[in-house]
Amino acid sequence: MQDTHEQYNQSEAWHWYRRGLARLFSVPALILMGAFTGFSGLARDAGFSVWQTEFMVLTIWALPSKVVLIGAIMAKSSLVGAFIAVSLSAVRLMPMTVALVPEMRAKTTSKFVLYALSHFIAVTAWVMSMETFKTVPRAYRTAYFAGIASVLMSSNLCVVFLLFKVGDSLPPLASAALIFVTPLYFLCSLWGSARERAGHYAMVLGLVLTPLFHALFPQGDILATGFAGGILAYVIGRRKAAVRP
Amino acid sequence: MTFQSIDAAWWPYLFIFLAGSVATDMWRFLGVYFAGHVDENAEILVFVRTLATALVAAVIAKLILYPEGALAMTPVWLRIGAAASGFAAYLGTGKKVYAGVLSAEAVLIAGILATSA
Repeated sequence: MQDTHEQYNQSEAWHWYRRGLARLFSVPALILMGAFTGFSGLARDAGFSVWQTEFMVLTIWALPSKVVLIGAIMAKSSLVGAFIAVSLSAVRLMPMTVALVPEMRAKTTSKFVLYALSHFIAVTAWVMSMETFKTVPRAYRTAYFAGIASVLMSSNLCVVFLLFKVGDSLPPLASAALIFVTPLYFLCSLWGSARERAGHYAMVLGLVLTPLFHALFPQGDILATGFAGGILAYVIGRRKAAVRP
Repeated sequence: MTFQSIDAAWWPYLFIFLAGSVATDMWRFLGVYFAGHVDENAEILVFVRTLATALVAAVIAKLILYPEGALAMTPVWLRIGAAASGFAAYLGTGKKVYAGVLSAEAVLIAGILATSA
């Protein structure tokens, strides 16, 4: 391992934390703020207060979970029904975390730090980290990730607050356009973050299989699509790799 | 027990915490736990990544095909066409995410204006 001789130094950690904070000035961070603008409009139109919405941002963070929760609440789902709907849309965070943590931890990183930082794992921070961790010394990857996490969350808490306080409810054209930012942003950044060809197969299969599994199992469509698409993509990836070494 | 069923100031927060935060964070914590037992270069991680990608792809497809709020009022063929053109623009510009998002938005807005006119 390249990091065995690396010394951990507090001022160097702050340097990498600030490098993480500086990711505010990036296209993904800007797009995420656009997506949060759409989310704020959705929450406000659904009748949520500004503090309830801020509480969602703070405690849930991942956008699809919040959108699914709002949908469930508007459909007057029970607590258990809403819990199941949100859980099914959030399963993806488990494999995402399993993929990210081994790249983030150093030998001395405490478990507590990893659990605390994992709360901030969502698509934007995940894609940013998967792309740039190789340029960050291993001992400072948690500091760098903490920088990304704090700047993304605090800027979007501000976006939500401003959207609730400034101006009236958005015209339908603007809210439709802003709600559309999230899937498009996920679509493009997910393709770019794939490590191997199998990731691209997984994405195409996931997109194509969703309407089929939605028709078969409306409640478990994400889970069914994810497992079927993920397994199939892995198998196809292995076969192709075996054919041309 | 629904979001609307208890008329107390704390109830919406408890509901959001249980149905939203716990339902989301449990997967992240489980991920940290499992990650403690695998090596960075383990073959299982390749499978874990394809699984994560397929699950996110399903979330994307649902947000496009079965959206919430004002976006639900737009025709599904328009959303699919806009997303496809955005993805084509992303690939055509050498993977510029903003190019993909902007061109999809342009197609969506043009389509909404054209169909409502």
